[in-house]
Amino acid sequence: MSEIIKDELVPHVAKVISVRTDTNDVKTFGVVGIDGGIMFDHRPGQCAMVSIPGVGEAMFSITSSPTNNQFKEFSIKRCGILTEAIHQLEVGDEITVRGPYGKPFPVDDAFAKKNLLFIAGGIGIAPLRSVINYVRANRDNYGHVDVLYGARSSGDLVDYEEMTKEWANDKDFNVYVTIDRPEDSWGGHVGFVPAYLKELAFDNNRTAVICGPPIMIKFVLQGLIEMGFDKTQVYTTLELKMKCGIGKCGRCNIGSKFVCKDGPVFRCDEIDELPNEY
Amino acid sequence: MQGLELKLKERLQKLLDDGTVDCVIGWTKGEFIYDVTPAIFTKESGLDGFVYNSFCGANLSKYLVSQITSDKKFAVILKPCDTYSMNQLITEHRVNRENIYIIGVGCSGHIDIDKVKAQGVSGITNVIDNDNNIIINSIYGDSKIEKASVLLSKCQSCKGSELKISDEIIGEGIKTPTCDERFDGVKKLEAMTAEERFAFWKSELSKCIRCNACRNICPACTCRTCVFDNARSNVAAKANATEFEEKMFHIIRAFHVAGRCTDCGECSRVCPQSIPLHLLNRKFIKDINEFYGDYQAGEESNQRNPLVNFTESDIEATVISDKEGK
Amino acid sequence: MKKLALSNLNSLYNAINDKMKLYLPIENNGAVNFGEYSDGANVNLNKMTIKSAKDAFFPQCEDLSNFKKEGKHIIVEQGELVSENFVIFGVRACDVRAFHILDTVFLEGYLDTFYEARRKHGIVISLSCNKPEESCFCSNFGIDPAEPKGDVESYITDGYMYFNPVTQKGAEFMAQFDSLFENSDDKAVKELQVKIGDIVGKLPLSNLPLNEFGGDKLDALFNRPEWQGLSESCIGCGTCTYVCPTCQCYDVKDYKTNTGVKRFRCWDSCMRKDFTMMAHGTNRPSHLQRFRQRFMHKLVYHPANHNGEFSCVGCGRCVAKCPVSMNIVKVMKTLGGNK
Repeated sequence: MSEIIKDELVPHVAKVISVRTDTNDVKTFGVVGIDGGIMFDHRPGQCAMVSIPGVGEAMFSITSSPTNNQFKEFSIKRCGILTEAIHQLEVGDEITVRGPYGKPFPVDDAFAKKNLLFIAGGIGIAPLRSVINYVRANRDNYGHVDVLYGARSSGDLVDYEEMTKEWANDKDFNVYVTIDRPEDSWGGHVGFVPAYLKELAFDNNRTAVICGPPIMIKFVLQGLIEMGFDKTQVYTTLELKMKCGIGKCGRCNIGSKFVCKDGPVFRCDEIDELPNEY
Repeated sequence: MQGLELKLKERLQKLLDDGTVDCVIGWTKGEFIYDVTPAIFTKESGLDGFVYNSFCGANLSKYLVSQITSDKKFAVILKPCDTYSMNQLITEHRVNRENIYIIGVGCSGHIDIDKVKAQGVSGITNVIDNDNNIIINSIYGDSKIEKASVLLSKCQSCKGSELKISDEIIGEGIKTPTCDERFDGVKKLEAMTAEERFAFWKSELSKCIRCNACRNICPACTCRTCVFDNARSNVAAKANATEFEEKMFHIIRAFHVAGRCTDCGECSRVCPQSIPLHLLNRKFIKDINEFYGDYQAGEESNQRNPLVNFTESDIEATVISDKEGK
Repeated sequence: MKKLALSNLNSLYNAINDKMKLYLPIENNGAVNFGEYSDGANVNLNKMTIKSAKDAFFPQCEDLSNFKKEGKHIIVEQGELVSENFVIFGVRACDVRAFHILDTVFLEGYLDTFYEARRKHGIVISLSCNKPEESCFCSNFGIDPAEPKGDVESYITDGYMYFNPVTQKGAEFMAQFDSLFENSDDKAVKELQVKIGDIVGKLPLSNLPLNEFGGDKLDALFNRPEWQGLSESCIGCGTCTYVCPTCQCYDVKDYKTNTGVKRFRCWDSCMRKDFTMMAHGTNRPSHLQRFRQRFMHKLVYHPANHNGEFSCVGCGRCVAKCPVSMNIVKVMKTLGGNK
């Protein structure tokens, strides 16, 4: 047999070691390589191509922190053909993974020593969880941290246990959770994320990171600007159809930028320079 | 032809001016005489660049499908053969007849520039259509070609000069002198052995590049999402992965338009690899004629095609299998 | 410079074919495309091929990997890389330039090893364009059809085919078949080049408004109202994309076989509705957006990412083959304001 050269498009086999049901349509999968290792190092905000051969391959953000040296985690919402199949996976099943891809959050430079405000909606918490846990693991390098998280209903909150039982107990760390509509058993805040953001009236001495549905990002960004934030203080992530993950297949571009390699993390002033096609 | 262009332009301008229509689906001139492009003209844009010449062979009826929800009124220029497609689209509720003003245009056949080039002419700068002959100017010199030999294949088996549907008629047409009997090509294929026929289609379809031009131009292909584009159908494919797939794509498409195909010939006209795709459809048409009596899709609007219309005299399925099995 | 009588070309083809695979323009039912040579093939070097030569390095379809399942285990095998030399013969200057454009995509950044292996093993024998067509506009991009580059340049004139090695790889290739060639001066070729130059000067599409396009022209072009009318003509098929020598967008798909799963990549077209379709929708829902993407990619996005180089070589295939005659020349002339 000739020497095996691994092309970037040829994936590695990986194994599901844990499956956590977060909501009706979100599960979080713990994944390791077949040697039991973490497969590759990544930075917060980076993604990987996850595949079930025969079904398809798609890009998912890595929700575990790089400080987790046991396994990688993916929080995946069931919404299409591939995610439907992924939701059928059980512990011990094999999948394929390749990566990491994309530009991470600037956790060690632009974020360092800053107060951080994370704002997420629904499954948008997935990429932010990686950053948040990285920040928690390197707590001294950052200022005050606030997390504002919302979902349609209490049943749609991902990572709720972790954020309320672990994050909220950290020093200088506040967690605010809201749901869109009132529920009998819900004692927390009710209302859309952008509205709650205004109520909370944060000062602009912090760096904000937004991830969630496009409509939420739009109104949160608007809210932040009104609160005196500059776009250079605000980061978000974009998501488009991807096939290669390495800037060649040609479909995740917005103007001359490829979301897979020039993103998914963008500073909001950078987005302004892109055509409105995302 | 130039007289016809002037007449059309004058009349279309009037229709735009008096508000009969908001838009015109016609042709705009290109870089050369032959690369005219279907285009939508509006009252605001005017008819600048409008052209009608011997190269306006495209069937414009398909352009109305995407306008079905538009509240605008469209004038469209249709040649006799195009009117069959229009009738069929009306039958299938794929266009909104009330918003369409049909200008039937007399026709004496259109030229296929690829056939001109196939005769060895290149560097073409102008083509002059003199009824029986065409004069070609090129950077390599002038030449003269018999027009009948470079007509579009669909013109070579012209259905006739009658406009099957129109709101007004401009210009007089003649039935293009047919050099081909309509079913000659099919008969040739039928006369082959199964192996020869297989080899024929294998050789032709091996050229297919899966560009889908045949499907996208076809006035009978109006599915909102084609099965070959539907990720959930499990047959979605844009790869020419195997010869087998190529055949499946074209044969399934031919089946799907069977009984609805008016034989407008656009599939073969647009094929970049010159695959005679219309022969697949004509085979179905010939069979339908033989099994159910002569039938022409799009002859009139709101007719039922024999494949979706049960009558007691319909042949039994076994008759078909017997015939094919012999 | 070496030469070979045209009547002896078949012996050259056969000699090459004995040693390695040979791809060259072959006519099949009236259509000329690059194909694999076999004895008796209907070689036609006079006509522009319908598909470009890009299949040689970036085939329309290729296997990336195979997956087999053994119980719960997945076994991944990488698709085979080309490991033997092959020849692509009769490539015009435009297609040779297109290889360079593909290189900038597939060899820069993440390395595409499938492409790289073909590139490494492929020997490009180019051929001058003796009779450029009216649809040709390569000179806009600084391409000279009389100097086609590649590993070996070739010319047909005076009943001979002339060969001139350009690269080391080309020289080594020539040396293998030295006994077939006669030595020659370059007089006949020089005369031919002058003749071609005269024709190029007369080509009608040689003055495109290139200055209006480029990596910095996003804002000037993106929201232009002319896109509406231009896109209305387009029927959204993939003809232009698939005959184009520089279009390189691809799709990756899985295909279930009897023994497992094959993952292949195939050419894709940004003109297609499903190109950017995800489970929750698409970011280019309108036909206008999809149409605009193709031309903006060639005239703005690619130059922005690749030192200002346009990803069009003016081969004119889209001009000749679009079912409705909508093409990059019309887009450039309409947006560039010289129409």
